[in-house]
Amino acid sequence: MNSLLSSLAISMRQNRGFYGALFLLSAIYLIYNILHPRGFSSAVFVQNANESVAIVFVAMAQTIPVLMGGLDLSVGAVMTLASCIASVLVNGSPLQIVFGMIVTLASGTAFGFANGLIIVYGRLQPIIATLATGAIAMGLALFIRPKPGGDIDGDLNWALTNSLWDFVDTYQLFDPDALWFQPIAWIPTPFLIIIVVAVVVWIPFRRTVTGRTIYAIGSAEGPAYMSGLPINRAKIAAFTLSGFFASCGGLYLAIQTASGNADITQAGAYTLNSIAAVVLGGTSLLGGIGGAIGSLIGALILRVISFYFRILSIDPLLQPLVEGLVLLAAVSLGAIGVLRVKNRLDLFR
Amino acid sequence: MSDRPLVQLSGISKFFSGARALENVDFSCHSGSIHAVLGENGAGKSTLIKIISGVLRPDTGILNLDGAPMEFANPAEASAAGIVCIFQELSLVPDLTVAENISLATPPRRFGLIDARAQRQRAEELLARIKCEDVDPNAMVRDLSLSRRQMVEIAKALGKNPRLLILDEATSALTSRDVETVYGLLADLKADNVASLFISHRMHEVERLCDTLSVFRNGQHVETFAKGVRSDRDIVRLMIGREVDAHFPPKPVTGKRAPHLVVEQLRWENRLKGASLNVGKGEIVGLGGLDGQGQKELMLALFGVLKGVEGRVAVGSTSGVPGSPAVAKSGRSRIALVPEDRKTEGLMLPMSIADNLLAASYSKVSRGPFIDPALERQAVADGIAKLQIKIGRPEDAVATLSGGNQQKVVIAKWLMTDPELILLNDPTRGIDVGTKQEIYRLMRELADEGRAILFYSTDYAELIGCCDRVAVMYDGAIVTELSGTEINEEAIIAASLNIDATGPLAGASA
Amino acid sequence: MSFSFASLKPEDKPVLIASGFVLVILLVGTVYTMATQGSAPLLSPNYLLQQLQTGSFLGIVAAGMMMVILLGHIDLSIPWTVAAAAMMATTVGGDMALPTGIAVGITVGLVNGLGVAYLRIPSMIFTLGVDSVLRGLMVWHTGGFAPQDQATPIMRFLAADKILGIPVAIFVWVAVSLVIVLILGRTAFGRAVYATGNREGAAYLSGIRTRWVIVGAFVISSVCAAMAGILLAGYSTKAYQGMGNAYLLPAIAAVVIGGTRILGGQGRYAGTVVGVTLIVLLNSVLSIMQMPEAGRQVIYGCVIVGMLLVYGRGNKVVS
Repeated sequence: MNSLLSSLAISMRQNRGFYGALFLLSAIYLIYNILHPRGFSSAVFVQNANESVAIVFVAMAQTIPVLMGGLDLSVGAVMTLASCIASVLVNGSPLQIVFGMIVTLASGTAFGFANGLIIVYGRLQPIIATLATGAIAMGLALFIRPKPGGDIDGDLNWALTNSLWDFVDTYQLFDPDALWFQPIAWIPTPFLIIIVVAVVVWIPFRRTVTGRTIYAIGSAEGPAYMSGLPINRAKIAAFTLSGFFASCGGLYLAIQTASGNADITQAGAYTLNSIAAVVLGGTSLLGGIGGAIGSLIGALILRVISFYFRILSIDPLLQPLVEGLVLLAAVSLGAIGVLRVKNRLDLFR
Repeated sequence: MSDRPLVQLSGISKFFSGARALENVDFSCHSGSIHAVLGENGAGKSTLIKIISGVLRPDTGILNLDGAPMEFANPAEASAAGIVCIFQELSLVPDLTVAENISLATPPRRFGLIDARAQRQRAEELLARIKCEDVDPNAMVRDLSLSRRQMVEIAKALGKNPRLLILDEATSALTSRDVETVYGLLADLKADNVASLFISHRMHEVERLCDTLSVFRNGQHVETFAKGVRSDRDIVRLMIGREVDAHFPPKPVTGKRAPHLVVEQLRWENRLKGASLNVGKGEIVGLGGLDGQGQKELMLALFGVLKGVEGRVAVGSTSGVPGSPAVAKSGRSRIALVPEDRKTEGLMLPMSIADNLLAASYSKVSRGPFIDPALERQAVADGIAKLQIKIGRPEDAVATLSGGNQQKVVIAKWLMTDPELILLNDPTRGIDVGTKQEIYRLMRELADEGRAILFYSTDYAELIGCCDRVAVMYDGAIVTELSGTEINEEAIIAASLNIDATGPLAGASA
Repeated sequence: MSFSFASLKPEDKPVLIASGFVLVILLVGTVYTMATQGSAPLLSPNYLLQQLQTGSFLGIVAAGMMMVILLGHIDLSIPWTVAAAAMMATTVGGDMALPTGIAVGITVGLVNGLGVAYLRIPSMIFTLGVDSVLRGLMVWHTGGFAPQDQATPIMRFLAADKILGIPVAIFVWVAVSLVIVLILGRTAFGRAVYATGNREGAAYLSGIRTRWVIVGAFVISSVCAAMAGILLAGYSTKAYQGMGNAYLLPAIAAVVIGGTRILGGQGRYAGTVVGVTLIVLLNSVLSIMQMPEAGRQVIYGCVIVGMLLVYGRGNKVVS
C-alpha cells in the first residue's frame, strides 16, 4: 500500500501537467453540475458526452505527432474527410453499415500512413507537409460531399448518441431493464466509446517498442537512434495512428449529426482546438512528455468551458473570448517556471 | 587472450568532405583484453570507434568480426553482434525512466507488450551489478545528476551482454567511488573473456587498467604495444609525433599590475561559493582545477548570463554584475566571452563566415540605422586577415571550416568589439596543434596591447605555458593562486584536488 | 547583391525553382485559355495587375509572417489581427482610421512577442490563444454581426484606386517589400533576426538582445497583418467577420514555397514574393478553369508537397 502511494507520488511529480488538468477538469465539471438548473442527470451527461467525442478523438490524434516533437495540421481535415466518407457509406443493411465504418476508418488511417511516408522519405517538416496534405484531404472531402448532407442509419444514430440503455434497447441485445444492467445503464454510449478506444488502442500502443520510440524521438532523437530504436517505423506509425484517431472522430461526428459537412473553417477550428487540448492536457509541444489520455482530458476541459455558456446567462458572444483567455492563462501558468531559471542559457535549450 | 582477434580492421579509411579522418588503418583487438586507444583530439579515435560500433560506415576497408567480414548499417546491428559502445555524448533519453532506458530497444515483453515489472527487475539487477542501488529505476533520467546518468549508461551497455565493450571517456564525469566500481567491472569482464576498448586521456587510468595500448595520430594507427613496453614520455612522443617541448610565447617579466577585473566573494546557486580573483591589464590569468568546479559559471556570471549573482565585481571603472551579454560587451566594461561549446554557443553554423564575424558588432559597421556594405566588407576582411583564418569566401557557411578555423572566427568576432577583458572558456579544446599555438601567440599579443585575459583550460600544459598567474578553482571557490615559478604541474594538480602537495593524498576523494 | 552577406546559396535555389514554376503556371493557363476560348487573358497586363492587386493583401501578410518564420516561430493570430485592425479602423473612421488600425497591429504584436520571448511559451500555442481572444473581443464589439461602418476614403484609395493605371495596393505592397528588404539586409535588427533564428543561444552570447528581436519580429508581423486588414476593408468597403481567415495558411505556404526554412534562420525575401505570386497565379488559373473548390484544394496541396519534395531532393544532393 505504501509503495503504491509512493509510486503514485512519483507519478504525480513526473506528470504534473496531467494531474493538474485532471484536477481542473474535475473541478469545473463539478461546478458545472452544481450550477446546472436541473442538477446532475444522465440526460445532461449524455448530451455533454455526445458533443465531446469528435474533439476528444482529434485531440488524441494530434497528441502522437506532438509527442514526437512534430505537429499534424491535417487532423481536422482528415476528420472531415472521414465524416464525409461515413455520410455516404454508413447506411443500409447491418453488413453494409459495418463495411462503411471499416472503410471510413481505413481511409483515415491510410491518409495518416501517407502523411508518415511523405514526412519520413520526403524528409519534410511535419508541420508544413501536413499543412499541404490537409488541403488535399479537404479537397477529397469536398469532392465526396460538395454540399452538407448525408444518409446515416437512424438506429445507429440513436444507439450511439444516447445511454447504454438505449443502445441495448435499440438492438434488442438483451432486456435493458435487467437488474444487473441498471448500475451502468445510465452511462452515455459515446463516453464508453472514448474510454474503450483509449484503453484498447492507446494504452497497449504505449507499451510497444514503437510507442516508446515515439517518446524517445521527441525527447532526444540522437540517443534514440544510437540505441537502435526504429526511428522511421515509429514516425510512420505515429502519423498512421494519428490518422486512425482522426477518422474515429470523423466517423462519430457523421453518426452524431447524421450528415457530413466539408466545411474548411470547421476543419481548421478542430485542428487548432486539438493543439490547445494537447497543451492543456500536459503534453509538451517540444515532445517527449505527455500522452493521449491527457489530451482527452484537455479536450474535455475545452468542451466543459463551452457548456458553461449554456447554463449561465453569459452572452454567448463572449465564448471565444473566454476560451482564448483560458488557453492563455493555462499556458502562462505553465510558463512561470521560466522566471525561476537562473542560467539564461538554459532558456534556449 | 585468444589468438584470433575478436574485431579486426584492415585498410579502413574514412573521409569527411575531403578531410581525412582515418586512413588505411589496420587495427585489431582480442577477447579477454583491455585495450587502450590513445591519441590527441582529431587523431581519429572517435571515428575509429564510430566505425566499429556501426555509427559510421568506412569509405574503404574491411571489418572482420570473429574472422568473418561484417557491415553494420546502424548501431543496432553492431550491438546485436555484441559490440556495445558507451559514448561520450550520452545515449540516454531524458524523458524516459531509468528502467525504460536500460532496456530501451529490446525490452522484456509479455504478450507482445512491454513487461514493466520484468523491465524494472532487470534494471535493478544491472544497477546492483555496478553498485548503484541508490538509483531508482522509476526515476526520470532527466532528474539524475551527470555522474548517475553515466552509471545508468554503463548499466544499459552491460545489459546488452557485450562481447566488445567500448568506453569513450566513460569515466570523465564519475565520482571516485564509481570509478573504482568501473575498474572492478572491467576486470570481471576481462575474466569473462570480454574485450574492452578504453579511450581515456588519463594516463594513470590507462596504466592501471589496460594490458595493450594503441596510439593514433592524424588519422593513422601509429603503433600497438603491450603495457610496460614504452615509457610515458615515449607514448606522449608517439601521440604528438615529436619531442615534448614548449611552444609557448615567452612571458614578459613585469611587476605587479593594477587590477582591471576585481571579483570578490562571488556566489551563485550552489556552484559559486565565494570566488575572489583579480586580473590586471596586460595580464593572462589562468583558471585551473578539475572540470566542473565552477569555472564556467564564473565566466558566465561575469558576462551577465546568470541571474541572482551575489558578490562584488568591478571591471575598470564600472562596478556590478552586468545584466546581459549585450550590456557586458558594450559601454565601459567591454567584456568578450569565447564560450565553451563553439558549435552551439559560439557560432551560428549554417550562417556565413561574414555574418558570424559581425554578430557582435553590427553597430561598428553601421552608419545611422543602416549597415554600410563597404564598412562591413572591410571589417570582415580585417578580421579574417588578423587571425589568418583559412577560408574560401566570406559568404561560405562557417560550418564548412575546420574546428580550428571555426574557433578563430569566434575569437575574431570578439576582437572586432575591441574588448578590454577577454574571457576564454577552454578555447583550444578539439583543435589542431598548429592553431593552438597561433592562439597562444595571439593571447600574448592581446595582453601586450593592455587587455586583461582570463583563460580557463583543462590542459595543465597550457596553463603553465601561457599564464602569468594561475587561479585554481575547487568547489566554487578559488583555493590557490600560483604565480611565476610556482606554476608547475605538481602544484596545479595538488591545488585542483584541494590537497597540500606535501600532505597525504587521502583528501582527494572528499 | 543587395542582400550582400545575407544571401546564401541554398536559399537561392527555391527562388529559382519557384520562379520557374510561376512560368509553368502561366504557360499551362495560357494553353488552356487558347484552347478553350481562343484568348490569352493571363498574359494581358490588365488582368495580371488585377490579380496582383488582390494578391498584394496576401503579399503584405506574408512579408510579416516571414519575419516570424525566420526566427523559427509562427504567428497564428494573423486572421483576427487582420479583422480586428479592419474593424477598429472602420469603427473609429475619419483621419484616425489608419493610425487606429496600425495601433491594433502594434498592440497585438507586442502581446505575442512578450508571451513568446519573455514567458517562452511556444509561439504556435500563444498566438493561437491571442487569435482566439481577438476573435472574442471583435465578436463582442460587433455583436456578432457585420459592422455597418464604411471604410474611409483614404482606405478606399489605398486599396481600390489606381495611379497611372496601376492599382495603389500594389504600390503599398512594393513599399512594404522595400522596407522589409532594407530591414533584413541592411540593419542590425535584420541580421539579428537571422542569427537568432539559427541559434538563439549563440546569438544571445554574441550580445544580441534576442528577446527584443523576437518582440520586434512579432510586431512587424502584426503590423503587416493590420495593414492588410485596412486595405482589405477598403477594397470591400467595410470590415466583416472572418475576413482574415483566408490569409493564414496561404501566407505560411507562400513563405515556405519561397524557400524560407520553417525552423528559422534561412530565407530570402525575394522567395516570399515569388511564393505569393505563385499562389495568386495558381488561384487565378484554377478559377479560369472553373475548377471546383474540391479540385483546387487537392491541386493546392499537391503543389506545396511537390515543390518541397523538389527542394528536399536538392538539399540532399548538396549535403
